[in-house]
Amino acid sequence: MGKSTFVYVTYIRTTPEKLWSALTDDVEFMKQYWFGTRCESQWIPGSSWKMVSPDGSVTDSGEIVEAEPPRRMVIRWQNQMKPELKAEGASLCTMELEAAGTAVKLSITHTIDREPSKLIAAVSGGWPKVLSNLKSLLESGSVALQAPYPAAKA
Amino acid sequence: MTERHDTDVLFKALADPCRRKLLDLLNAHDGQTLNELCEHQNMTRQGVTQHLHLLEAANLIATVRRGREKLHFLNPVPLQEIYERWIAKFEKPRLKALGDLKRRLEKSNG
Repeated sequence: MGKSTFVYVTYIRTTPEKLWSALTDDVEFMKQYWFGTRCESQWIPGSSWKMVSPDGSVTDSGEIVEAEPPRRMVIRWQNQMKPELKAEGASLCTMELEAAGTAVKLSITHTIDREPSKLIAAVSGGWPKVLSNLKSLLESGSVALQAPYPAAKA
Repeated sequence: MTERHDTDVLFKALADPCRRKLLDLLNAHDGQTLNELCEHQNMTRQGVTQHLHLLEAANLIATVRRGREKLHFLNPVPLQEIYERWIAKFEKPRLKALGDLKRRLEKSNG
């Protein structure tokens, strides 16, 4: 069976603890860089995990497979909004945080045991925007993009 | 590393046609080994290795070890940052109109 994967990496000038918090329990902070979306979980292995959009609908859900603060998290992740994405089953999203000088290297690896995968194609479009916003917010205190698809200026 | 240094390394990495071709190859098929990437290049293995090192230093590719193999993945996060810093803030509709015009004229030439 094939496998679809992407690996996205960003270096953020912050500490692993602050970044861990921004990725997990700091819900208000998360909403700022994730276009209003928040994640809900206890962030311990076995606990449920869900992603909630600004209108309250659950877009993705699953469970925490591994959680080792502030270094490594693995989430079993299944889309709940689109039937064709949900039908692909669960994917695995791994987040790794690694101190690199004055910065933290954040690697996001998302895989699913099928190729091609519409889920991987869908989430790979969103991650760069989210990561870029997260970096801006942690480093400068403000996000680069307010909306995932900024309205074109007339 | 300063922010300016990061940006310099990034634009320098993008300035070379061989390195842009490597990014295109990974965009078409992500997660390739050095051997697979060498198949498409009129370049020595050593040359490809050097280009890959520069791309990785600029954070344009990420590598993952799988057994004895090293897989290369396109990392679009710095490209997104270029987009936000250098493109999104300019007027996109006019840029798009110019882009469309250029594409159409160049296509009719070929």
